[in-house]
Parts: sequence; structure tokens; C-alpha cells
Amino acid sequence: MPEAKTTTFIDEICAIPGGEDIKVCIQCGTCTASCPTADRMDCSPSHLIAMARAGMREEVLSANSMWLCLSCYLCVVRCPRDIKITRLMHVLESLSARSRLSNKRTTTPRMYKGFNKFIIRGGRISELWMMVGYYLRTNPLKALGMLPIAVSLFLHKRISLKIDKMKPEGIKQLNAIIDKAESSGGTW
Amino acid sequence: MAPKIGVYICHCGSNIAGIVDCSKVTEFARGLPNVAVARDYKYMCSDPGQNLIKEDIKKLGLNRVVVASCSPRMHEPTFRRACQDAGLNQYLFEMANIREQCSWVHVDKEMATEKAKALVSAAVHRVALQEPLETKEVAMNPCTLVIGGGVAGIQAALEIADAGHKVYLLEKEPSIGGHMAMFDKTFPTLDCAACILTPKMTSVGQNHNIELLAYSELVELSGYIGNFKAKIKKKARYIDTVKCTGCGRCSELCPTSLPNEFDCGLGQRKAIYIPSPYAVPNKAIIDAKNCLHLKGKANGKDVCRLCQKGNEKKGLVGCEAEAIDFDQKDEMVEIEIGNIIVATGFQQFDPAKIYQLGYGRLNNVFTSLEFERLTNASGPTSGRVLLKDGSEPKTIAILHCIGSRDANYHKYCSRVCCMYSLKFAHLLREKLPEAAVYQLYIDMRCAGSGYEEFYERLQEEGVNFIRGKAGEVTDLAESPEEKDRLVVMVEDTLVRRKRRLPVDMVILSCALEPRPDTEQLARILTLSRKADGFFLEKHPKLDPVATTTDGVYIVGCCQSPKDIPDTVAQASAAAARVLALISKGKVEIEAAIANIDEEKCSGCKICIDLCPYKAISFDEEKKVSRVNEALCKGCGTCVAACPSGAIKGRHFTTEEIMAEIEGVLA
Amino acid sequence: MKQYSYFPGCGLSPEGFGRAFDWSIKGVNKVLDLEFKEIPDWNCCGTVPYDTLHEHASFAVCARNLALAEQIGGDLVAPCSSCYVFLSRTNQYIHEYAKVKKEVEDALAAGGLAYHGKVKVRKVLDVYVNDVGYDVIAAKVKKSLEGLKVACYYGCQEVRPIFGRDHPENPKYMDKLVKALGAEAVNFPLKSACCGGSLIISEEDASLELIKKLLDSAVSNGAEVMITGCPLCQLNVDAYQAMVNRKYKTDYHLPILFFTQLMGVAFGLDEKDLGLKTSIVPVKKALAKFI
Repeated sequence: MPEAKTTTFIDEICAIPGGEDIKVCIQCGTCTASCPTADRMDCSPSHLIAMARAGMREEVLSANSMWLCLSCYLCVVRCPRDIKITRLMHVLESLSARSRLSNKRTTTPRMYKGFNKFIIRGGRISELWMMVGYYLRTNPLKALGMLPIAVSLFLHKRISLKIDKMKPEGIKQLNAIIDKAESSGGTW
Repeated sequence: MAPKIGVYICHCGSNIAGIVDCSKVTEFARGLPNVAVARDYKYMCSDPGQNLIKEDIKKLGLNRVVVASCSPRMHEPTFRRACQDAGLNQYLFEMANIREQCSWVHVDKEMATEKAKALVSAAVHRVALQEPLETKEVAMNPCTLVIGGGVAGIQAALEIADAGHKVYLLEKEPSIGGHMAMFDKTFPTLDCAACILTPKMTSVGQNHNIELLAYSELVELSGYIGNFKAKIKKKARYIDTVKCTGCGRCSELCPTSLPNEFDCGLGQRKAIYIPSPYAVPNKAIIDAKNCLHLKGKANGKDVCRLCQKGNEKKGLVGCEAEAIDFDQKDEMVEIEIGNIIVATGFQQFDPAKIYQLGYGRLNNVFTSLEFERLTNASGPTSGRVLLKDGSEPKTIAILHCIGSRDANYHKYCSRVCCMYSLKFAHLLREKLPEAAVYQLYIDMRCAGSGYEEFYERLQEEGVNFIRGKAGEVTDLAESPEEKDRLVVMVEDTLVRRKRRLPVDMVILSCALEPRPDTEQLARILTLSRKADGFFLEKHPKLDPVATTTDGVYIVGCCQSPKDIPDTVAQASAAAARVLALISKGKVEIEAAIANIDEEKCSGCKICIDLCPYKAISFDEEKKVSRVNEALCKGCGTCVAACPSGAIKGRHFTTEEIMAEIEGVLA
Repeated sequence: MKQYSYFPGCGLSPEGFGRAFDWSIKGVNKVLDLEFKEIPDWNCCGTVPYDTLHEHASFAVCARNLALAEQIGGDLVAPCSSCYVFLSRTNQYIHEYAKVKKEVEDALAAGGLAYHGKVKVRKVLDVYVNDVGYDVIAAKVKKSLEGLKVACYYGCQEVRPIFGRDHPENPKYMDKLVKALGAEAVNFPLKSACCGGSLIISEEDASLELIKKLLDSAVSNGAEVMITGCPLCQLNVDAYQAMVNRKYKTDYHLPILFFTQLMGVAFGLDEKDLGLKTSIVPVKKALAKFI
């Protein structure tokens, strides 16, 4: 599938399925009022949409706002224009990562990146090793601070050192599917 | 006589000519059988356009005319009249719709032109077989039925009655007045609603030309414009309204108390009650579901009847007018009218559907109608704004767009809520000068005479406007100042800050929505409804009070949410239409109806059950079916169903339709 | 017997942190005479991280599981709320967006698979409540949980975005289940509020604040135990409870179980089979009368 011809920032967003809803926002602020993490965001979800529509690409994609989205969908069920706001947040995260503007003030992109490595390699996630990798990469001292939780999880048989993986043919099949899907453009 | 057809292709400006090549179609038309002349013109419906037709009829002796232009619903009457004026029977005219059914729905110019040619060919083939027909005239019954006794119905009824004609005013509730009677002040002049409405209500009660059928409902309707027959159920009030004086003694004696509908459940009334302080008719009524005696009567017991017997201990005598009649039954009446005006109004959206706003769950969250009753001097608190515990609120928040502009409930804007919310803010500033009032809005819609000025006034009165729709109303406190209060969560979009507002009272500006009985009424009156549930008008711009059912008009909020000035204007408009028809005195019946050849009719009666308009009756003597020409709408169902082929659809004969099909395929 | 395919997801895999959910589901299924057939060699649904950074492939990655489920037949049961949301939305987007459908078809074909959009994705609670029914469940109760006060924590993705089961902010069907088991479902206003999800890792502060609100609401309404249907919610409220106590100087000891574990207790199943000991916050005290 050829890359969509984009002339404006809005075009870029609308080219991604689910992003086209951004056009009908009436800036009522219900999403922000419902959002559990809005106070921690650089700019609120509704503000982000307004900035996106004003073409402020750099400001929007370097904000930490979408990375703080919990995907709790409260905004989506309350939005009077039925906008898939959570989906918009994911779309902006994609564009932000692709443009290499993902905010340095949040480590969430790096957590996601680490998470995804497991899918390519073995098709399944290892909670423990993912968290270890994340802490070592972002804040090694914190890793020490997490030790008590890790130990208690281990003692209660909640996590394993073993990494769960798919069968080799399965991993191969999954990667073939991923490669084909990503060949259409928009990879990171 | 051989057909001599004139074909006229309209450009309709660029509406048709922009897609269809009109000169090519005209050239094509010239080559069709029996076509004596073919012309094209920019606007056939204009005077010069119509003159082209009239001149050709006179000079060339045309005996058939085809106009290829817009939809017949638009201009068939126009061109039929033109033919008639030139001396040609109007049923020798046919229209080809090359606009709505061609140029407006296609983008490929070549294919659209080919399609236009096919449509013209169809019309030409058909018109050759058409026969002259005469319309009939029937008398117009000068009586009118107005359904709904709110301000819309009252206005319409008074205008028609004052012109000297009889009106039946039908109202479902025990008293007229509708929603307007419940309001406190009206925007933007702050006129007292009851003060401006009650004189009209009293006029209705006293007008000799108005027969007020209160506490009654329309059950069945038959007939057609000028000649309707309506069956109305007069529900039992258990009160002889002739004897009742409206003194209210019965209410004082009644032992059963329950929430009052007129006060939205915030006040109390008795099981036998007068609906409101300004009820018209000012008569009592018994609520059978809650009356102890009527409930006991169903089980064969004779209890209470204090309203009749009186209470010696209290020193009160029972009804002295002897107006109470526990044996009263529902009564069916039949009336004959010429026109019907539907003024059934709206229903308030129930905000309990929006869980996160806490209505019905948290104390002191009110709907707009509930707040109207609170501030109204005739209301449950005598006009004082009080919380459920009887104290005065120190902070009040008014939330706009509850149920309106919301894909989850109603997409439309209810038009009046911004204005009545401003009114509420004003009343609060007036009654509780020390209280803080917050108004949470998305947009301020103040389009009306004096409306924007009213908004400015409220800004001057010190209302705190916050541009943001409330996301949630909660009682879960997160700080000491929120303890035991309601908290409204909103984003102040103008400063881009999320705010938690601790308040004592929340007023929800609820949407106006269609009433639940709209569906049933639509069926009885053969009315269509729009996607949003309100009745469908004939044309949204040019004919907002008429419907596609001739003789039935819709006015007020049952057509779409609107304020009192627009409601009154629509009521007057419908009244004027009705008066015009009454003054004309007769109505033309369409000639394109079914006709039964009695020689061919075998008396099988299949057609009778199929007719959706009950227009066919059976002649027991001759053992044949007969069409009532006034009731028949020419739908063609019987024509298609008749196994003997005895029924002919005038102006839509089998031959004509086949010719049309052949014309398309030619 | 109705056919179901089963997608445990990374959380319920044998190495997963929510493995007790898997064990208790299997135990309860035996009692209710249900069989969930595990999809052979399933892959991670990708959830938010994959959707965010690989927006094209994320649909195809989910669709692989749907294609495999289609081969088994019947409804696909996905216990984890996040897996459920992503699998469901893959179905929705394939139906609504032609370009997603095409992309998924081409990608699956590269792996020798095809998906025809016929699989309906369900949650475990949905299957128990709507396909089995409260009456059947109540009939299987061997040890009525009478007197136990339970806070039903649905979590955000159990009921949102609306995929048609219960109210998106004030659901009742887990509460009704608890009643069927004989226990009392306490009033819990934050029953569908978010626990912070995977952001517990990278935005710990934000998440801990949310977890604290949940614990506060449940405990102040008298809950003795909390139950949930999402492995991530269970992990957050359970494993991080001590951290919440340290940060906010509170003293919460509210055990949080999977609802299937509570069902297992009521059905008289062995606590080892239910994995009750895997809970960080001990459950023994709260459930003393019943186990």
C-alpha cells in the first residue's frame, strides 16, 4: 500500500485508520475533564487536538501528553462527538516515534520499544526481563529499589526467570506476517 | 386524434446543464415518435419558460406536453396549471425528472446525458397514451382539531376561533398550559410565564368557538383533508365537570398524598386534586391509580370517600356540588373536522441516563424543569431556591448541553438551553446575591431578538462563565473544601486547566426530545418523523408547518426544539393556512385514482382488505366493489392485486406504465 | 456443548504473572462443564506498545490469533482485558476500514493464513454470566460465601470502549455474580476506574496515585477482599500495595483475587489449584471462614 499523500499535519493524522475523527472535535473539554492523568500532561487531550488542527506538528509530537494516556477509554465513552480519542493518542504516539520527536521527558517510549523486542524475538513477553531491561536502560538505581517487589513476586511464584517463547515455526510465521505488514510503510 | 407532443428541456441554471448536455437531449427528443416540437430553456418554471409551452399549445395545436426538469414534487402543479391556462387538460402533461434523478446524482456527464435521453423517451412514450381527467371538488369542513394544549395549541386555537370558526382543542393532561405554564420567568424579557399565558388559557376556556376536550386522547382518524373523522377518548376524571366549581375542598379532605407531576415530583398533591393553581379547566380530577376508594372498589370494598363524605373532626363538609362520580367511565366521542394542527410539544431528556452526572443518585442535582419549579412562586418552595435539606446553596453550577449535541443521546442542539441557562443564572443572582454561580458551556447560542444583549447582561451580573462541558459530578472528596459537597469536574478550555469545582447545587440544562407517544400519533395521523424523532415537515425551509399529509400541520416543539416566539409564530402560520382553506371552502381531489369496472368485477373482495386507506367498499346488492373517490390516494395496490384486471389506475394504467418502460429501453 | 477457543495471553501463560487466573479458570470450567480450547502457538497481542510503535503490523499481529481461532471454531475467550480490547478492535477495524482489511489479508497470506472476520471475542465473565447463567453458577456453590464483603473491581478495559455487554461506567454483572456466590458486593464507586495499567512501570507516581484511590474507596466502603477480571489490575493492586502504603503512609492489607479464584473457593476447589498463595497480599485472613 503506497504511503498516503500528506500535505498537512491533519492529513497525516487522518491517513491512519481511526485518526480521521480529529476533524469533528468541538473542543468541549469532556475528555480532559475525565482523564485521570491530564494534570500530568504537557497539554491536555483537547488542547493537543486543537494544536494538531492548528498544524503545530512539532509541539504536538514532542509533547509527553499522549505517552501518559492510560488507555482507560473514559474519554471515548463520554465524548459527545464519538471521537476515538484513545486511538488518536496512539496515532500521535506513532507519528511522534516515527518523527523521532518522542519526548525525552517520558521513558514510556523506551518501555514500549523494549516490550516490542520480545514479540519479534519470541512472540511472547517476559514480564520480568522486560522490566529488568527497562530499569537498566533508564534508571539502574531504581532497579535496585524494585528489588523487594521482584523478590516478593518471585517467592510467590508470580514470575519466572524462563522466557516464554513460541515454537520456531510459529516465530517464523509471525515474523513473515510482521514483515509483510510493515513493508507497506510506517515502520519505526 | 394523433398525439402532438411538445417536449421542453430545462437547464435549471447549471443544476441540470452542468452535467447533462441539454442541447443533445433536445436534438434527441425531436427524433422521438409524435414529437411536434422540442425546445430547451434556462428556467422552464419561470414566466418566459411557461409562456413557451402556452404559445406552442395555442400556435402549434399541441395536445400533449412533456417537461424534462426537476422533480414533479417541485413543479408538476406549476406546469399542469400552465397547460390548463392554455386550454390543455392538465392530465395530458408528463414530467421527466432529469435533476433529482439524474444531474444531481451522477458525475459522469456522458452517461448522465444518455440517462436523461432515456427518461425523456419514457415520458414521451407514456404521455401519448394519457387521457384527459377531471378533478373533483369536495366541501371543506370549517371545524379544526388542535392536538395539544400548550402555548402552540392555545395560540392556534384562539386565532381560528377568533376568526369565527369552531375549534376542538384536545389535551392529554387534565389542564392546558403545557410546559410553558410550569416556567418561572421567560427569557430575555423576564416576563412571568404564567402571567402572559394564563390570560390566553382563560380565553380558551371562555371562547364560545373552542370546545376544550381536556384529559382526552386521539384514538383513531379516518378521512382526508376537508373531511376527517376523529375518534376521541375522554378519559374518566371521576368528576362531573359541569357541577365541579374547582373549590378544592376535596383535596383538603383526601388522605392520600403523593409527588406532584406539575412540580416534577418535588412537591405533593392528593389523589383527588386540581392540577395547578391556574388550571384550565379549573376542575378536580381523581388519580385512579392512587385513590383508596377506586382501588378498593376493584376488590368490591367501599373505603374512604372522605372527599364525598367530609370530615366531621376537621369540621369540613364533603363536596357540596356533589360533583364526585366514582362510577364515571371513559367516553368515546366522534368529531368531524376539516383540518388538524398537531401541537404536542416535547419531553425533557432524562439525565439519569448519564450515570456520571449523578442525577437521581446524588442529592441536589436538578433538571431544568425541576429548577423552574423551585424558583416559581407557585412551586414547592414558594420560589425559594433551597437544597434538599432546606438550606440555601452557596455555590451553584449550571451545566449546558445535557443530552444535546451528544452522539450518545441526541446529536442535535436543543436551541433554548443556552438562553434558559442564562435565565437561571439571573434568577440565582437575584434571589441569592451572596451565592457564586458557575455556568459551564461549550458555545453560547444567543441568536434571537435581545438574546445576545441578555448574555452581556449576565456577564455584567457577575456569573462565572467557564467554557467547558462538565465531565463528571461526584461526591468523592479529594480535599477538605470538597467534603460533603458536590464536585463538578471540567476543563476550563480557555485557560487549558482541569478544574474541580466544589458546589452545593448542580442544575442540568437538559435537552428537549420528542415525546414517546410520537410514534403512535404518527401512525394514527399518517405522519413521517425525522431521524431525530421529531415530526417531518413538508419542506424544511419553505414549508415548515405543513406535512406531506394534506390537512395535517405540525407546530412548535413537536416539529423541532424552539423558543416561545418561534412556537407562537408557527402556530399562527398553521392557523392562517387553515383559515385560508376554510375561506376557500372547498378542496380539490386528485383525479389519478383507482376505478373499478363493475362488469369485470367478480366480487372476490381481495382489493378491500388490501387498501391501506380503507377506500373500497362492497355493494352487497350488485356484489361488486366500489372505490370511494375521495378517500382513494391512487397507490395502485388494488390495481395490481385484482385477479380479474377489473381495476384501472387512472393516469397510471398498465398501458401507460408499459409504454414508459419501453421508452426507457428504446 | 458450546465451542470456545482460548487465548491466554502473556499474562496467563505458564510463565506469566497472572497464571493463577489461568489455573482458576480451568478449575471453574471443570465445575461448569465448559471447555476452552487453547489456540496452538498463539502470539502476544501486542497491546498498546505494539499498536503505538508499529501501527500497521499491530492489526496483523492480532489477526494471526483470530485466524488460528477461526480454524478451531466458536467464540474466542480472552481473559486479559487488554488482549480482549485489542483483539476486538482488530475485528472492528477490519470491518470498518477497507485498507486495514486489505493490509491484514496480505500480511496473513505471507504467513500462509487467512481470516474471514467470523470470530467473536468474549471475556470470561461474559461467558459465565450470559452463556452459563447466574442460576447454574449458584447451584454449583458448595460453600456459600455468606458474610464476605467483596469489592468488584472491573477495571477500565473490562467495560470500555463499549463492546456491548454492560454499562461502561456502572456495570453490575460481576456484582450479581458475587451475590450468586452468596457474598455481598459492597458499593464501590471506582469499580471501573483505571489502575494505571502498564504505566505502573514508566509513570509509577501516576499509577500509584490511582491505585491508592482504588484501595481507599474499596476499604472505606467495607470491602474485605477485592476481585477483578484483569491480570494487570490484579498485579498492580496486589504487588504494589506495599509501595502505596510506603508512599502514602497508609496501612492497606486488602487482598485482591481473580473472580474465578473466588468462584473456585465457593465451588469448594482446592486452594492450591486456585493459586491462592500466589497473592502477595495474603488472603488467608479474609477467606478464613471459607477455605
